[in-house]
Amino acid sequence: MKAIKTSGLTKFYGKNPGIQDLNLEVEEGEFYGFIGPNGAGKSTTIRTLLGLIRKSRGTASILEMDIVKDQKEILSQIGYLPAEAVFYSGMRVKELLRLSADLHKKDCRQAGRLLCERLQLDTSRKIEELSFGNRKKAAIVCALQHEPRLCILDEPTSGLDPLMQREFFSILREKNQKGMTVFLSSHILSEIQRYCSRAAIIRKGQIIASGSVEELSRTSAKRVTVHGKFTPEGLDGIRDLQSTEEESSFLYSGDINLLLQVLSSQPIKDLNISEPDLEEIFLHYYTEGGNIQ
Amino acid sequence: MTILKHEMRQSRNTLLIWTAAIGFLLAVCIFLFPEMESEMEEVSDAFSSMGSFSQAFGMDQVSFGTLLGFYSIECGNILGLGGALFAALCAVSMLSKEEKDHTGEFLLTHPVTRRRIVTEKLLAVVFQLFLLNIIVLFLSLASVVWIGEEIPWKELLLLHLAYFLLQLEIGGICFGISAFLRRGSLGIGLGIAVILYFFNIIANISEAAGFLKYITPFGYAEGTDIITNVSLDIHLVILGMIYGIIGILFAYWKYSRKDIL
Repeated sequence: MKAIKTSGLTKFYGKNPGIQDLNLEVEEGEFYGFIGPNGAGKSTTIRTLLGLIRKSRGTASILEMDIVKDQKEILSQIGYLPAEAVFYSGMRVKELLRLSADLHKKDCRQAGRLLCERLQLDTSRKIEELSFGNRKKAAIVCALQHEPRLCILDEPTSGLDPLMQREFFSILREKNQKGMTVFLSSHILSEIQRYCSRAAIIRKGQIIASGSVEELSRTSAKRVTVHGKFTPEGLDGIRDLQSTEEESSFLYSGDINLLLQVLSSQPIKDLNISEPDLEEIFLHYYTEGGNIQ
Repeated sequence: MTILKHEMRQSRNTLLIWTAAIGFLLAVCIFLFPEMESEMEEVSDAFSSMGSFSQAFGMDQVSFGTLLGFYSIECGNILGLGGALFAALCAVSMLSKEEKDHTGEFLLTHPVTRRRIVTEKLLAVVFQLFLLNIIVLFLSLASVVWIGEEIPWKELLLLHLAYFLLQLEIGGICFGISAFLRRGSLGIGLGIAVILYFFNIIANISEAAGFLKYITPFGYAEGTDIITNVSLDIHLVILGMIYGIIGILFAYWKYSRKDIL
């Protein structure tokens, strides 16, 4: 079953496209990453899927239900964690959690209590007294306490300290193992690389690559780090060159034999050739508009 | 009815303050009446013969020296204008505040239809107006009894009914406007209530501007007309309710297709 499926999904803000002809498929049970910098169209995609904004054209379904016709049923089966959690002032955390549960028409007290304990969230505090991180925790509990089938997370870790981030992802993993689909939108690539099995990269409102995180990371380019004096003369296919007197590091996608010839003719002390990480590949997409090689 | 309950809880303090303020001013006015009654005999003629000024507030039709005359002018202005301002402020922010305060993302990602949200928020406006009017009516009746006057039931209830209908109409119109707004709604609400109030004053002064009675709800909530005729102008009331219903229909239409940014 497809947890999310969009086909030609497009949203225009006036004449400006927010997303354009977006095709995305997320299987149920997946931990799916959605990568892109600010303004690439991640939030527009999510807000369109949730029905906060109306699509201009195309189709989209969540859990095989149409996002327009079956919006209420869809919302009852998903949890959403916004990038910036804003709540009603004058309420206490426990009142907020009860309001969210009441809107879901579910008794979520036990699940809510467990999540609050794990995230160390004091439910007796007033919303306006909470720090950004604690507001985020309240939003996490609201998103998860009703045991959703699909959880959509928009930049979920901003504001959380590293220990809480670890606890949060451990909760997500447990729920994912029990069958919950996770759609994680983020510009923090290490998060995607660590937790997601598949991902899509969005640029200027369009998906430019999608597949397994391993596939996305696989490229003919290598990260080459040379210790000693090195001048890359006569070499094509060098990117992201960072040089000091002692060390040079660059991404190389040219002829490997030519590289070895040039290296052997220079007084180098040590050499390291490795696969680039997802962040470097991501930069490649954004700086050169390239395709996966 | 989760949203209705939530709205009532959120608006509790504002409702309490407005009800207390209007109720207190009404009670003070009524308590002043016995003291002013004797003096009013002398000034009543003066009040009713100030030309346009008397017409503007309907003082040419009733005597300030009677409880009803005094009540319809003094208390009418307090409840009429105060109630209109509360109705406008309450309704104009009811839908737009979710976007202004950025809470719409929370509410609209829960399994409730937008139609349901509009319905429950509309009910929250009506309930608040109902509560304000019931409490103010009770305070008013108690004050009349307190000063030892007999309660003129029919006229008093008709007056209060007219003000309630006026608030419903302004509430309906402002609720419709609320669906179109994203922020800064309070000024618009205040403006509408005050403009409609002055439309009635202008209509009272100038015959040429008499058509304004068909626009402003203060036309059918004119206290002096109501106690003179002991009835409401049903045509103006129906017209006013139509304006209110159109506002509400616009709210449903707009809010169900609006992008929540």
